[in-house]
Amino acid sequence: MKLTINGEDREILQSRNLADLARELDIQAPNFAMALNKQVIPRANYAATQIRENDQVEIVHAVGGGV
Amino acid sequence: MNTKKEFMKIGGKTFASRLIVGTGKYKSFDETRQAIEISGAEMVTVAVRRIELDKNKDSILNHLDPKRYTFLPNTAGCYSVKDAVMTCELAREAGLGDIVKVEVIGDEKTLFPDNEATLEASKLLVKDGFHVLPYCTDDVVLCKKLEDIGCAAVMPLAAPIGSGLGIRNPYNIKLILQAVTVPVIIDAGVGTASDASYAMELGVAGILMNTAIAAAKDPLKMAHAMKLAVECGRMAYEAGRIPKKLYASASSPLDGLIEM
Repeated sequence: MKLTINGEDREILQSRNLADLARELDIQAPNFAMALNKQVIPRANYAATQIRENDQVEIVHAVGGGV
Repeated sequence: MNTKKEFMKIGGKTFASRLIVGTGKYKSFDETRQAIEISGAEMVTVAVRRIELDKNKDSILNHLDPKRYTFLPNTAGCYSVKDAVMTCELAREAGLGDIVKVEVIGDEKTLFPDNEATLEASKLLVKDGFHVLPYCTDDVVLCKKLEDIGCAAVMPLAAPIGSGLGIRNPYNIKLILQAVTVPVIIDAGVGTASDASYAMELGVAGILMNTAIAAAKDPLKMAHAMKLAVECGRMAYEAGRIPKKLYASASSPLDGLIEM
């Protein structure tokens, strides 16, 4: 299945929902968040949120930053 | 001497340190951690960015104890209301808390905020339950509006972000302090310890800085200097400085002078 993740086209092999996707991509950041097609998805709903061909996924985390 | 320490209160939390520090521009995560520890800050800002999928998996948050620090996610780099609001929503879902530093940039060169967009984004975020700390210009009317819509604090800039120019308009900061009841936090522009001390002497509740520490020749020493400067300035404010006068006022008694 082809998805656009963080602006890049990627082929996803197994995942069918956001929780699976985070596992498949090996996201290890202690705090990360996901948006699907420009909608922020509550963390508790990752497993219940299905992903489909051509979906746009954003995965973000905290980085060093200040003012 | 009154030794009672007054704490900084923001978003329902109490902070013994009035210094808020950023986590950008350091040479390493280790240096970031050490500088923050030395600064004594209890609130630290972080940015929210896309994860680089195939790169190093380390994160700044692996180096900062969440029990020790309150994270203040910012919307740095956002140029629209929509992006700023979404960034805050993502930060909250990422578990970074609901106290957010809202900045909607209006000009690339000066990094001055788009005040109109900042007000709009802040309004939406307050309605959504966030404790909003907006980065804004040192404008009294704007700060009053930000307070009216429910912002937890106002954060006027002292000078452009990363410029190190210091407190360019102390009179506006004083006017803002008189105009609002929410905490006033100086955000951006501090260059060295005397700037921090001066800002605190004006009576602001706190200072947020990043570059002044991270880009100093010795960031760890500067972190210590800033800690002391903020404490010093606050103490002088609480002690109450003498009024400025044009003419001299002798401190030695005039009686009992020798007469030759």
